[in-house]
Amino acid sequence: MTAGGSLFLYKWLDLGVPIRADNAIGAWTVEARIRFTAQSGKPVKVRFAVPLRPAGFALLDETFVSSGYGLSTAVQDGDREALWAIRRARGEQELYYQAVVYPARDTAASAGARPPPVEPPQFSDAQAAVVASLVGQIRAHSADIATFAVETLQRLRARDNSDINLLLAGDGSPERRAEVAAGILATVNIAARPVYGFQLHSEGRHLPLLTRLEVHNGERWISLDPLTGAQGQPDDFLVWSRGKPPLRDSDGVRHLRLEFSAAENTYEALAAARQRAAERGSLALQFSLLSLPVQMQMVYRVVLTMPLGALIIVLLRNVVGIKAFGTFAPILIALAFRETRLLNGILLFTGIVALGLGARFYMERLKLLLVPRLASVLTVVVLMMAMLSVLTYQLGIGAGLSVALFPMVILTMTIERMSIGWEEAGPREALQQAAGSLLAASLAYLVMTDRQVQHLVLMFPELLLIVLAITLAMGRYTGYRLTELRRFKALAQ
Amino acid sequence: MIVLPWQRARALRRAGVLGMNQRNGDFIARVNPRRLYPLVDDKVRTKTLAQAAGIQVPQLYGLIAIQHQVQELPKMLEGREDFVVKPVNGSGGNGVLVIVGRRKGRYRKASGAQLSEDELEHHVSNTLSGLYSLGGQPDAAMIEYRVKVDPVFEPISYQGVPDLRTVVYKGYPVLAMVRLPTALSDGKANLHQGAIGAGIDIATGLTGRGVWRNEVIDEHTDTGNPITGVQVPQWDTLLELAARCYDISGLGYLGVDFVLDRDFGPMMLEMNARPGLNIQIANQTGLLPRLATVDAHGRDGASVAERVAFAQARFAST
Repeated sequence: MTAGGSLFLYKWLDLGVPIRADNAIGAWTVEARIRFTAQSGKPVKVRFAVPLRPAGFALLDETFVSSGYGLSTAVQDGDREALWAIRRARGEQELYYQAVVYPARDTAASAGARPPPVEPPQFSDAQAAVVASLVGQIRAHSADIATFAVETLQRLRARDNSDINLLLAGDGSPERRAEVAAGILATVNIAARPVYGFQLHSEGRHLPLLTRLEVHNGERWISLDPLTGAQGQPDDFLVWSRGKPPLRDSDGVRHLRLEFSAAENTYEALAAARQRAAERGSLALQFSLLSLPVQMQMVYRVVLTMPLGALIIVLLRNVVGIKAFGTFAPILIALAFRETRLLNGILLFTGIVALGLGARFYMERLKLLLVPRLASVLTVVVLMMAMLSVLTYQLGIGAGLSVALFPMVILTMTIERMSIGWEEAGPREALQQAAGSLLAASLAYLVMTDRQVQHLVLMFPELLLIVLAITLAMGRYTGYRLTELRRFKALAQ
Repeated sequence: MIVLPWQRARALRRAGVLGMNQRNGDFIARVNPRRLYPLVDDKVRTKTLAQAAGIQVPQLYGLIAIQHQVQELPKMLEGREDFVVKPVNGSGGNGVLVIVGRRKGRYRKASGAQLSEDELEHHVSNTLSGLYSLGGQPDAAMIEYRVKVDPVFEPISYQGVPDLRTVVYKGYPVLAMVRLPTALSDGKANLHQGAIGAGIDIATGLTGRGVWRNEVIDEHTDTGNPITGVQVPQWDTLLELAARCYDISGLGYLGVDFVLDRDFGPMMLEMNARPGLNIQIANQTGLLPRLATVDAHGRDGASVAERVAFAQARFAST
């Protein structure tokens, strides 16, 4: 208890491991999803920009999901491209890219990057004349590169100005303005580029792609709002690509759609805590579950909550005095509820047990021996679940599909015990125990799937020592059970 | 008026009621060594043990331990008009089948329901596969003498034999009750199956008021005869036998079940290492004060007669 408690406090207070599931400051998973229809018979190529050292953020993890596609990435001038290619593809295709980023305010990644040689802009003759006269005016109103850039953006805001309209070609979007401004600045040998990215402040699908203008002042890149000319990049702006929009080019595809989404997650504040632990040479986090691959962490997320489920069973049985089938069967049922969700799970459990009981009562007449009878009930249960899955799928209800993981053996034993209880002690007793099992399973489910609880046990497995201590203490609880208060009511006078 | 849980708990504590957790933690775990459990869980061993000590038990007609032997059932039952089939490791009266007579190859239960040869064999097979045993392990079935009701109990039992349960703590009989079969309990003498429990005064052997399900009653629910104030025959002998079960089993917290046979007198049915708590309700009194009395004033190595005298002096109902 003390060991668990002190390790927990050390990790929480000293190392700053987040205690709440949601107070990890700004850790984000940003996902790009590219969907398209492949043109039959043609090789497919999609070139897509992905983040590289985004200023103000650290890229913690990234995943490319592209089954069957060849994938290569190339870095050029602070810009990174992924190339997906496949010789033959049919029908609807989906490609995913996922990045986990967290704010790292101290890393000024853009500082050291040398600007590329300024490319000559491509203006028409008429546009070139407008640009030349604009540059003259701007130069007169500016002192250095930064003010020159701001002034350029200000000029582009002028309304009902035929010269400006000619440059913007009637497109007043921030994107167009940033491109044009970069072109104008290039004519005077100032390195400038539009950058594309996202404002990470709320979770959501259909994240809008935003544009900013970056200008190199000889020492570092400065970021400007292309509409107002305001300087400085907001803290939560994630630069996705530089120079050109993320989607570069594609071959052999039709109806290409690109969608971004962002979700906040806790993964990150941990990395910060881990770093702090490493700096201080603390081993507390080095040997934690977080050093395991994510896949295994997901398993432990479930496994570590099981002692809590067991504690609930202990409380329900020894303090409340609820009767249930099997000792830990309710925990297994609770685990199954994870797949089906609570309400569906209860319905499924009730439905299958009720139908199974019917089958079991019929088998009673066949006078089978115990083990063959159990095997038969198991077969019936499996068949019923298969039927339920097909039925729910046909009806378009998703719940049935996850049934497959429902613990069939537990269901079979429950049916068997219930039918015996039914005959030996009457339907009342049997139903009471079934209800007790369901109640225990539901409570265990609610605790075991709570996001906060899962987070705590994964971050602080030592808390299980405290759970163990409580369980041990419960083992010596010799007080009355709540149900006994009712049972011995007559003796209370 | 609403009684808050802790108020109720305090009232029960005052009444000295023993709860399940305390029974398991403070008594069974302390005075019942686990290695002795098989002695009482296995009814055949209990029988042998009792017989060796000179305590009467219902005669064992036969034992069926493997499925193959089920075929020998008819031969085993030849010439037996009535008998009882029991799981050797059963608990709580589950799986007990009482046959009171035979007619044209069919067996008649106490309730009058009839069983075919096949159905009887099926019941035995179920027993063998562990359906009624503690923990569901494979079991054996024993076939034994059917106890005939003593005339004293005939008016207050319905299609079955009442049994006398005594809780024996460290060899001292502390609490006793008689369990009377009812129509609801299907001739069985288990309270949770609907039998009536009536407390017995340790000092005199007179029955007190009864409890049926959760009601306190004075008449048998089926026969309507009074169950209060019935004198249990040979009470002193019964107490002595119960006290002796401690010596033969070695279990400090023990439930002993006796029956009174019309012809043979007291016979021991079984011993229980985890006796139920309902006996407190039947007696309208808690176990704790009596257990404490034994702990405080009981003497290790006291003779059976001394222990019975002690119990009769201290545990009289008022």
